Amino acid sequence: MEWTRRDFGALCAGAVATAALVGRPGFAFAADDNGTQAAIDAFTGGAPVAEGGVDIGAPEIAENGNTVPIEVGAENAAAIMILASGNPNPGVVTFEFTPLSGARSASTRIRLAKTQDVIAVARLEDGSFAMARRPVKVTIGGCGG
Amino acid sequence: MSNVKPRVKVPKSAAAGEVITIKTLISHPMESGQRKDSKTGEVIPRKIINTFTATFEGEPVFKAKIEPAVAANPYIEFSMKVPGPGTLRFEWLDDDGTIYDLEKSIAAA
Repeated sequence: MEWTRRDFGALCAGAVATAALVGRPGFAFAADDNGTQAAIDAFTGGAPVAEGGVDIGAPEIAENGNTVPIEVGAENAAAIMILASGNPNPGVVTFEFTPLSGARSASTRIRLAKTQDVIAVARLEDGSFAMARRPVKVTIGGCGG
Repeated sequence: MSNVKPRVKVPKSAAAGEVITIKTLISHPMESGQRKDSKTGEVIPRKIINTFTATFEGEPVFKAKIEPAVAANPYIEFSMKVPGPGTLRFEWLDDDGTIYDLEKSIAAA
């Protein structure tokens, strides 16, 4: 069975309905409440993370949350983890680079359940960490976000 | 598994030291484990490509650890500094243990 746009929308609509039913609008969508911070801590081992120095290329408005093109890059990065702060689970993908890598950047296509911040955390070759976040508006499959 | 087909775009030849872009795509539904069957209401079990690796003559080039939030038919683009002629090997690891693989040779330019 293919993951269709309609299925995705139905899933989100269900979540909205649930939220409305229990009278706590947005309870299903509390920002950064899906374990994003825990995922960052797991990646960094609790080390301090500098803001900036990581490039995230993403559309400002994604019409279809089922496939959002995204590109991340950071100079001297050994690994870059992408997180979606508004998805049911924060993890998206972790890229690992090697001395054979060319530019320390990579791109893929991801799923975003709704309008949210996409976060990229890079582990640099010197062992330090850097991160950046970028808001992406999701229209279809995004519960009207 | 039906119709899982990996595809990779790599230049046929490259000079030593040249940085090339590698584009990879594998047709795969990437079932997230979040969806429910609309008829039975049962959760459809997760089945995704969870790891992608690229190696050149046995040396690691690039690796991606993939979660269900990567879109269906996962597309990954990355770059590589070509040390010389040789063979690139790509592997996609499915949740069910299947390994899909593909090899591409790069000739000296």
